[in-house]
Amino acid sequence: MSNLPVSDARGTTPLPEKSRRKGVFARLLRNWSGLVGLVLVSGYVFVALFAGFLAPYPPNAQHAVDRLQPPSSTYLLGTDEFGRDILSRVIFGAQNSLKVALSSVAIATLLGGALGMGAGYLGGAADNVTMRVVDLLFAFPAILLALFISAVLGPGERNTIIAISIVYLPIFARVTRASVLNVKDSDYVDAARSMGARDSRIIRWHILPNALAPIIVQISLALSWAILTEASLSFLGLGVVPPAPSWGAMLSEGRVLMELAPWTVFMPGVAIVVAILGFNLLGDGLRDVLDPKL
Amino acid sequence: MQRYILRRLLTLIPTLLGISIIVFLVMRLIPGDTISAMIGTQFKLTDAQAQALRAYFGLDKSLPEQYWGWLTAALQGNFGVSVRSGRSVLQEILSRFPLTFELALLATLIAVTVGIPIGLLSAARRGTLLDLGARSFALLGMALPSFLVGTLIIYFLSARLHILPNAGNYVSLWDDPLKNLTQMFFPALTLGLAFSASVMRTTRSAMLEQLNSDYLRTARAKGLPERMIVRRHALRNALIPIITIVGFEAGYLFGGAVIVEDVFALPGVGRLLLNAISQRDYALVQGTVIFIAFIFVLVNLLADIAYTFANPRIRYE
Repeated sequence: MSNLPVSDARGTTPLPEKSRRKGVFARLLRNWSGLVGLVLVSGYVFVALFAGFLAPYPPNAQHAVDRLQPPSSTYLLGTDEFGRDILSRVIFGAQNSLKVALSSVAIATLLGGALGMGAGYLGGAADNVTMRVVDLLFAFPAILLALFISAVLGPGERNTIIAISIVYLPIFARVTRASVLNVKDSDYVDAARSMGARDSRIIRWHILPNALAPIIVQISLALSWAILTEASLSFLGLGVVPPAPSWGAMLSEGRVLMELAPWTVFMPGVAIVVAILGFNLLGDGLRDVLDPKL
Repeated sequence: MQRYILRRLLTLIPTLLGISIIVFLVMRLIPGDTISAMIGTQFKLTDAQAQALRAYFGLDKSLPEQYWGWLTAALQGNFGVSVRSGRSVLQEILSRFPLTFELALLATLIAVTVGIPIGLLSAARRGTLLDLGARSFALLGMALPSFLVGTLIIYFLSARLHILPNAGNYVSLWDDPLKNLTQMFFPALTLGLAFSASVMRTTRSAMLEQLNSDYLRTARAKGLPERMIVRRHALRNALIPIITIVGFEAGYLFGGAVIVEDVFALPGVGRLLLNAISQRDYALVQGTVIFIAFIFVLVNLLADIAYTFANPRIRYE
């Protein structure tokens, strides 16, 4: 059982790469969580990418006469205490959170993945040392470690990205290592090796494609967590620096005036929930589709 | 079993050393000069004064020497002095810890009393509207950040219902249990919401797995009433993964408490950390982070031990 390739659930029939991908995508669309997740995530990414076209005003433009306006036809979601348009800030907030989440998860995936791959493939002392160090990072509750690192480095977009990637790096190291160990001893890897394939070739063409499924699922869940953490750090004043439009910071600024102007809090809140829910559902769907054993 | 517990306790030592090394190294990442970070930039020091201070705090020594000096002091309970309050770091933390502990305990209680029954119902009525509702609750509970939930709760309590149980003056459990619990209920609910969602999810999937198992078919075949089957057989076996998830997630509450304490203005360890961060009180930041990580590791260890009690099939020899 343990020798079964993780991602290829439909048996060992070799399919051309393209058709296999298409199969995964089609099955994702037929999976309820996957479909809803995909729709929410696409919406979020679309808004983030085209923020400049979609937002009616620049995110930091202050309309001094229109402070704390309730939603109206001029300001669809109202304005904050500086007269800034909430809708525009929520839209640019999507861009901000996607930028932080994507960069930090990319760093964590590449570095953590490389560590886990090396540890799992080489085994022995290299494995032992790497995984003990990685284990140490698990001795902190994730949010505490992110908070601690960004407190020490100081607020700012770059430091938030560093903090989140350090926290998620060990998780990717672990997942990749487990996944590599799972396929390393399979017959097709032995076959490739007996045919004289070099390590780099075995990793690239035999281990990586088959070890990818759990990593992809993890990436989706990590993105959800990264969005949450960015918002939490910014809420606590340790994330991106104002006046940059961050959903967490908007919520934090709005709560002082909440009784007067509840709209300053509701919309960023809804945006955060939609983004997190989207990636969680997508992750669930991907897990169902890619890894039926779980 | 005793040997297993003892061995697990011994593994705490390298973990705690590792935590202290990581915290120590991360603290060295503070940008700029440590001395000016410590006393602030409003004082101008001559080079000689700065040098003297550096020697006084041992900052002129090598990194391993500094770590060793700090570690030996820490082992004697000396985590330094808070620059702002002048009290010892350990004293500051210990005086705030009961609140954080109570918060985490209440959140766990809420998570278990909400999550397990809903999970059981949802598994027993699989595919019904009730199941759908329960699963949506779990999905939403996991997607709602605690700072949002807390902010909304405060909004509805204060703006809509005009009641706000904790307007800043917190009373401890020993002074006025009833008032304390009314103050702690909503923070604990906030902290426990996501937790109850994951308890519910685990309960549901563990029960479904049990309900589809062969031995339950046997139990049904010999004519046991369904109620008995669920209680005596399925639930008992489903408890193992539930205990595991409760134990491991409980540790994370001590991290999450930082945000909840901030939202509800509760003077716990988490708020102490945030204040220390904003006041650049680095000895206090360092001590608090190590303390929370220590509690986290300890709770995880207890969860591990509870797990071996719950699952007699596993033998740790």
